[in-house]
Amino acid sequence: MGYLLLAPEMLLTVLGIVVLALGLILPQRGKKVTGAVAMIGTLGILVVVFWQFGYEAEFFQGVYGIDAYSHFFRVLFLSAALIIFAMAGNYLHLFSERQSEWYSLMLFATLGMIIMASSGDLITLYVGMELMTISFYILSAYLLDDGRSAEAGLKYLILGALSSAVMLFGISLIYASSGSTVFAVVYQTLQAQVVTQPVLIAGIILLIAGFAFKIALVPFHMWAPDIYQGAPTPVTAYLAVGSKAAAFAALLRILVTALPAAHYNWTMLLAILAAVTIITGNLIALAQRNVKRLLAYSSIAQAGYILVGLAASNVYGFKGVLFYAMLYVFSNIGAFAVATLVETQSGSSDFDAFSGLAKRAPMLAAIMTICMLSLAGIPPMAGFAGKFYLFSGAIQSGYLWLAFIGLIMSMVSVYYYLNVSRLMYIGKSSEQSVPVPAMARVALLVCLVGTLIIGIYPQPLSQFAEIAIQVLY
Amino acid sequence: MIGLNHYLILGTCLFGIGIYGVLSKRNAIAVLMSVELMLNAANINFVAVNHFIRPDQAIGQLFAIFVIVVAAAEVAVGLALILSIYRHASSTNLNDFNLMKW
Repeated sequence: MGYLLLAPEMLLTVLGIVVLALGLILPQRGKKVTGAVAMIGTLGILVVVFWQFGYEAEFFQGVYGIDAYSHFFRVLFLSAALIIFAMAGNYLHLFSERQSEWYSLMLFATLGMIIMASSGDLITLYVGMELMTISFYILSAYLLDDGRSAEAGLKYLILGALSSAVMLFGISLIYASSGSTVFAVVYQTLQAQVVTQPVLIAGIILLIAGFAFKIALVPFHMWAPDIYQGAPTPVTAYLAVGSKAAAFAALLRILVTALPAAHYNWTMLLAILAAVTIITGNLIALAQRNVKRLLAYSSIAQAGYILVGLAASNVYGFKGVLFYAMLYVFSNIGAFAVATLVETQSGSSDFDAFSGLAKRAPMLAAIMTICMLSLAGIPPMAGFAGKFYLFSGAIQSGYLWLAFIGLIMSMVSVYYYLNVSRLMYIGKSSEQSVPVPAMARVALLVCLVGTLIIGIYPQPLSQFAEIAIQVLY
Repeated sequence: MIGLNHYLILGTCLFGIGIYGVLSKRNAIAVLMSVELMLNAANINFVAVNHFIRPDQAIGQLFAIFVIVVAAAEVAVGLALILSIYRHASSTNLNDFNLMKW
């Protein structure tokens, strides 16, 4: 296959530019086409990715590699983008004439994520990450008339740039102690060294801190709630699902292929971060009165659960990371899709807007409840299977206390997830119905079916994740 | 004789000054400038390491060029965002941007 294996990346670049150009060329009335072009294009690229399954190649002496691991994350990012394009629908009217640029930036952010997941070199990783992050700076500030959106954009810019700089400094220290930026070469050089240099330790810590910012782990989580609340809801959904999964993908690849735990024991560091994140995220979520902000804190807690798998540092845990990242796409975007539709209709994402939703839109209320139960980890929803993998991985590597914290905090999380359901089913209802466009209906059904099927029959996804993980060893 | 250590110490000092600036400055543009200092600190490290440890491969210099390009893009977007928020708040003081809290 050779360079044809890079077709999805190239096609995505072309698609982004074409959508951008179409927006400039077409007259105002014709701009609706750009959305369709973006959606059909993304679907086509997803098909290409499926068609490439089983092929592997390394490019430019290990700088960029396509393997089962990259395939897994390509599928994840492209399907997330596709579902978000479908569910955004009417919300985009808020962007008035700037819709085609929105699609284009979302596509470039997706490209950045894909590059992060497949890069085998710190330079490529950095450039991919910045492509994703800079697109997100613009996307979070996309509601020009809304002061909160502008504020979210600026806050994300400052904290995101700070975190990139911290990470870059860490990368420079790793380069200083190993003399290379290619993961495989870094691994070989470091393995040959007898003594671990303090410089390298500092580099690893700064690198993990930079990633922790992107993943929103406590104590690097302060940006997340504000930005999730202020940014346009479809962007928030993508930020919560995509950028998090991309950072996890890159972190997992670096930690396993360049800095294996056998030499530098980072598992305890990650385990402590995970514990603090799970506890803080869940406890603060209890006090929230705005659904977007609630989902922000819940997604901080979810990142903590995923980190448990990384801290476990065995096949079971890593498999859990990939498995959870994938089911998180369906469950979390499902919840955000309902929030988007309600916000489009009522103009608010406070709890009051969701009051009595079950009478106004029974399907939306049901999907929201199922997605939230999945996030809380109640069987037979997907979240249960994911948490099962993550926590059993932690127990296998001796982090029993971490699994306990995860279990107890999952129980706590049921309270605030069900609180939203209680409001939707028992709360007072205004008589306005919530319109659901056809495409959004499809997106909601995909999320619902995905959440249920992964939960009831986790075998195929679990195998897919396992094949992807094998590549790293 | 000036060696690698001097450059690394210079880079670390610059990085520290940058972090101090980000945390203490209240003006959004000054914060962006401090972030640039941090990026340049990393650049000094890259180029110095390239020169002293691996002069045969230009990885470090290459990285520095990539960082400069990305930093330029970041600043372009950053200034645009600051302009856009200035229209709402008529201020670039970070203390004024408090529509969302806790």
